[in-house]
Amino acid sequence: MSRALFGTRVERREDLPLLTGQGCFTDDLKRPGMLHAAVLRSPHAHAKIRSIDVSAAQALAGVVAVFTHADLGAAGKAIPLLQPNPLLVARTQLLLACDEVRYVGEPVAFVVGDDRYVTEDALELIEVAYEPLAVAADAKEALEDGAPLVYPEIANNLASGFTLGFGDVTESFARADLVLRHQFKIHRGAGQAMEGRVVLAEYDRRANRITMWSATQAPHLIGRLASEMLGMEERQVRVIAPHDVGGGFGPKAIFYPEEGLVPFAARALGRSVKWTEDRREHFLATNQERDLYHDAEMALTREGKILAFRGTVVFDTGAYVPWGIVDPWISATTIPGPYKLPAFQVDMRVVYSHKVPVTPVRGAGRPQAVFVMERMMDLAARELQLDPAEIRQRNFIQPEEMPYAMGLVYRDGAQVIYDSGDYPACLRKSQDLIGYDAFRREQARARVEGRYIGVGIGVYVEGTGLGPYEGAIVQIESSGKVLVTTGASPQGQGHVTTMAQIAAHELGINVDDVTVITGDTGAIPFGVGTFASRIAVTAGNSIALAAREVREKALDIAANLLEANKDDLELAQGSVFVRGAPARSIGLGALALTAAGARPGFTLPPGVQPGLLATNYFSPSQAAYASGAHAITVEVDVRTGDVRILDYAVAHDCGRMINPTIVEGQIQGGVAHGIGNCFYEELIYDDNGQLLTASFMDYLLPTAKEVPTAKIAHMEVVCPLNPLGVKGAGEGGTIPSAAAFARAVEDALAPFKVTVKEVPLSPEKVRKLLREAGR
Amino acid sequence: MAEKRTIQLTINGRQYSGQVEPRRTLADFLRQDLDLTGTHLGCEHGVCGSCTILLDGAAVRSCLVLAVQANGRRVETVEGLAGPKGELHPIQTAFHKHHALQCGFCTPGFLMSIVDLLKTRPDIEDENEIRTALAGNLCRCTGYSGIVAAVREVAAQQRRERTP
Amino acid sequence: MKPPPFEYHAPATVAETVSLLRQHGEDAKVLAGGQSLMPLLNFRLARPAAIVDINGVEELDYLHQEDGWLAVGALVRQRAAELSPLVTATCPLLAEALPFIGHFQIRNRGTVVGSLAHADPAAELGAVALALGAELRIQSTRGTRTVPAEQFFVSYLTTALAPDELLVEARFPAARPRTGYAFAEFARRHGDFALVGVAAIVEQVPAHRCAEARLAFTGVGPVPILCTDEQGVLRGEPLTPQAMNAFAERAAASFEAEPDIHASAEYRRELAAVLAERALQSAAARSNKGN
Repeated sequence: MSRALFGTRVERREDLPLLTGQGCFTDDLKRPGMLHAAVLRSPHAHAKIRSIDVSAAQALAGVVAVFTHADLGAAGKAIPLLQPNPLLVARTQLLLACDEVRYVGEPVAFVVGDDRYVTEDALELIEVAYEPLAVAADAKEALEDGAPLVYPEIANNLASGFTLGFGDVTESFARADLVLRHQFKIHRGAGQAMEGRVVLAEYDRRANRITMWSATQAPHLIGRLASEMLGMEERQVRVIAPHDVGGGFGPKAIFYPEEGLVPFAARALGRSVKWTEDRREHFLATNQERDLYHDAEMALTREGKILAFRGTVVFDTGAYVPWGIVDPWISATTIPGPYKLPAFQVDMRVVYSHKVPVTPVRGAGRPQAVFVMERMMDLAARELQLDPAEIRQRNFIQPEEMPYAMGLVYRDGAQVIYDSGDYPACLRKSQDLIGYDAFRREQARARVEGRYIGVGIGVYVEGTGLGPYEGAIVQIESSGKVLVTTGASPQGQGHVTTMAQIAAHELGINVDDVTVITGDTGAIPFGVGTFASRIAVTAGNSIALAAREVREKALDIAANLLEANKDDLELAQGSVFVRGAPARSIGLGALALTAAGARPGFTLPPGVQPGLLATNYFSPSQAAYASGAHAITVEVDVRTGDVRILDYAVAHDCGRMINPTIVEGQIQGGVAHGIGNCFYEELIYDDNGQLLTASFMDYLLPTAKEVPTAKIAHMEVVCPLNPLGVKGAGEGGTIPSAAAFARAVEDALAPFKVTVKEVPLSPEKVRKLLREAGR
Repeated sequence: MAEKRTIQLTINGRQYSGQVEPRRTLADFLRQDLDLTGTHLGCEHGVCGSCTILLDGAAVRSCLVLAVQANGRRVETVEGLAGPKGELHPIQTAFHKHHALQCGFCTPGFLMSIVDLLKTRPDIEDENEIRTALAGNLCRCTGYSGIVAAVREVAAQQRRERTP
Repeated sequence: MKPPPFEYHAPATVAETVSLLRQHGEDAKVLAGGQSLMPLLNFRLARPAAIVDINGVEELDYLHQEDGWLAVGALVRQRAAELSPLVTATCPLLAEALPFIGHFQIRNRGTVVGSLAHADPAAELGAVALALGAELRIQSTRGTRTVPAEQFFVSYLTTALAPDELLVEARFPAARPRTGYAFAEFARRHGDFALVGVAAIVEQVPAHRCAEARLAFTGVGPVPILCTDEQGVLRGEPLTPQAMNAFAERAAASFEAEPDIHASAEYRRELAAVLAERALQSAAARSNKGN
């Protein structure tokens, strides 16, 4: 019975408390004597701070303390750089700005008081004398000579310039039958989880220890950096990501200033302190992504075979680089995608600007890369009068060519080697789902009626299952139930369900007899975090391997106790028994007690350590490459420019699936975000670095009306790189959406020969394209 | 600074009272003063719907209602949706069945909105109309497909129960 | 995003209310549905010294027909009006526009009169009031006065209301025979503020000719804009698509649209023409039915 657990649609175990209002999100937590905090944020994108007067704020009844940089002492140093790289001229943030602010929303002062109402009142009483300075709001402009500098010592605001490539692009372009060149723009977008960031810290002065609860995707990271900022040992700072976190999507995987300010204040005041981000702050001060320009060229033969790709990217990284150049690196190495390229070169210019920092948001640089590559493929197809699917089939890496070394180094330092995948089959499947051929006939009929419908496809390859590791402790409790402890905290991905499935599957027990504890640095010493579609590969395999080790141990002890040969033993339904003689059995709980030394006078078998538990940190050798194809059909109202999605299909490969329902939820959710990036979500900054779309009224998240239910086909190409054969699935739904949508709109408007070169589109942008084409 | 007012109201069938500043929102009164944390704050400007509760039976944003305005009124929150012995409301069961929640943050707001919807529009059937009615609640995790399926199922179920 | 401190008053009568408004003048804001005011308070973009909450003024909660007018008291919720058979029967333009306002949760609280008093430049009801020639009844300690819709909307979020005045009622003319009403809107997502909204009224004489046509636009500038057919582009003409299109184009060209981050002036003008044409066609088709 239990053997079938892996790969089955086990019902989610997380739901009951969430459905009945008994969830435990970080802002739900209350600690004795808890105070509330508010952050004073810079209203200027670039300014010197001449003076700060907090006296009126401090005097307000209900305010306990007001901190500025001058109060931070040793905690006034810059946040350590997480991902150093010789190619990067790095600047990281202070917990509170000292004499200069570099983005609207940057923390300047921290107020702690009785409740959030009074602390917000206090913010208004703090007087800051700013001297506004010139603003570099756009990355392209920031690169030019004479542009305002984010850092005076960093010429042209260039944080990093690097070139990746292989082959001889010059030679390839020289012999091409067709050369295309286009400039693309991808606009800033945000994660915008429904729950904002929240940090709560409590200081135990007798033990000199801090406990933090944070709505973070990376509790171990927070603990490490918080302890460093506070001058404490890691063991003195325990960080718990509560089992309910309201969405992550990337931005919550970062150590923000508030992650240091809250425990600092708690320690300084000897009181618990909680800071709950509101939506206005989230718009201003939580990291964003997607913002770049790409000048792309492609060389092809007249049969549509790619000879080379060459591109220059201007990547806006904002005012600081907390995540190094990871995002641009991922973006650059994702461009080749599923295609065989004889030659490739991308020049990446990572540029500072006076905006909130850029760190990964669902897709993490890949949507931008896929958008450009897929657009170039479509535009090449148009030139050569080939069907977009056909030109791709002519260039795909074939499944029998796996493993395929692309010739690039990935962000984790390992080579980009696609381990598995069947791109041709994925694309064909997505076309089947959307009814591609029948659609062409329908499109012809529609045009006669004066209706404009179109279809677009987008294919992606995604490096998932990032290292360095994630871990799990699997332990049999004396009750016979199983405890799985992992650092991999969830934000809705269903870890408690899928991890229990893995453990139950390996140990032959009921999934309801597995307890999963996540995200507590006090419960497991090492962890990395839940982001980058990495947990199924890392934590998933850790659990499987640790469970297998526990299983072996259980059998060893049982063999001893039952005086049987280990090979004659079975483990099923919570007991070990002798095959053919089920009466000779012993339960897992009894085995656990034995291993714990509860049976006096018994010697453990030689080589067996006490305790029926095992720890495993699975460390992947390289990324596991997931892939997929999206197909979208749309209708365009040529008079208003409005675009309606008619249908959406996804064929994807995430290796073996632990739980298909959970995977489908991740894809559908990713598709929703992708649709947002296609047509709705645009962060608009003015020339002064002011965010003009700073609320849900202006930054448009798609609703149930804008997101159709996608048709999803699973193509499970087993990953050869890890024991479970899994690949990541959290981001695939978002990655190619914009590319497929752009093509669908272009295809619908083919009679007008428009070319889509930016995302997100909007009705007005579509109308502009039509007007320029004479309609 | 305005003085605190005493308010008395019924929440999920129980009497509660409290002392609040007039500017305190109903959402904060529920969450902070009464520890009814099932209602969530996602935006505080009336768009995301995470804070939706029933006020005198009508779904409203509790972030846009002052606690003093609820004085003498009847409030229902997600904590009161299940029955006294924990029997789940059909929409709660349907949400679970159709994987209509992931992180669960937006879920209480959806549930309470749907309770109002099914009362006011018991005949709702067309998927487009259901999606329109759900457009007042944002979800960033699920992509809505499970939520739509859950509403369709419960609406159909209720229709069957009404026509013997 | 917590409101700043304010004095709070919850009067029980209109008399108490206007007395408070007289007392506080510009330092007071009236709170009805709160769907516009509360977000402003939460963002601290509005900082009134006093809030006068009229939700307890029961005498303002009425909705009835009176001498050919639909009288809507200040406390009538948008949702109640939307679901009211009386509104559907007597004022189909209002009934059609109401579901475009936000979402039902907003309409459960928001009031018809409150939306008019707030005068958001993209509010649907402004166009409805203008198109129909609604009347706004205003009360203060100085007495009562009535202002026609055409004089009510003064500027961006500004009406003819003085700081000490309360908008107590909006009255809409009941539907006329041989007249069709239509409301159309273009928004980025359902429930968003209109980029452009149009109310169209077409009155027919026999043999499918236009007796009168009116268009009112919202979302195109600081105030809603009324376009009547003074030049007789449509009046007296057969209601053909070409004629309606001509009237729509002329109406859309008759004002300067204003740009913002969601739409340029040029695009708004384009939308205005398209929506006006579509709304006119609907209204014309509907003017065929009924008495």
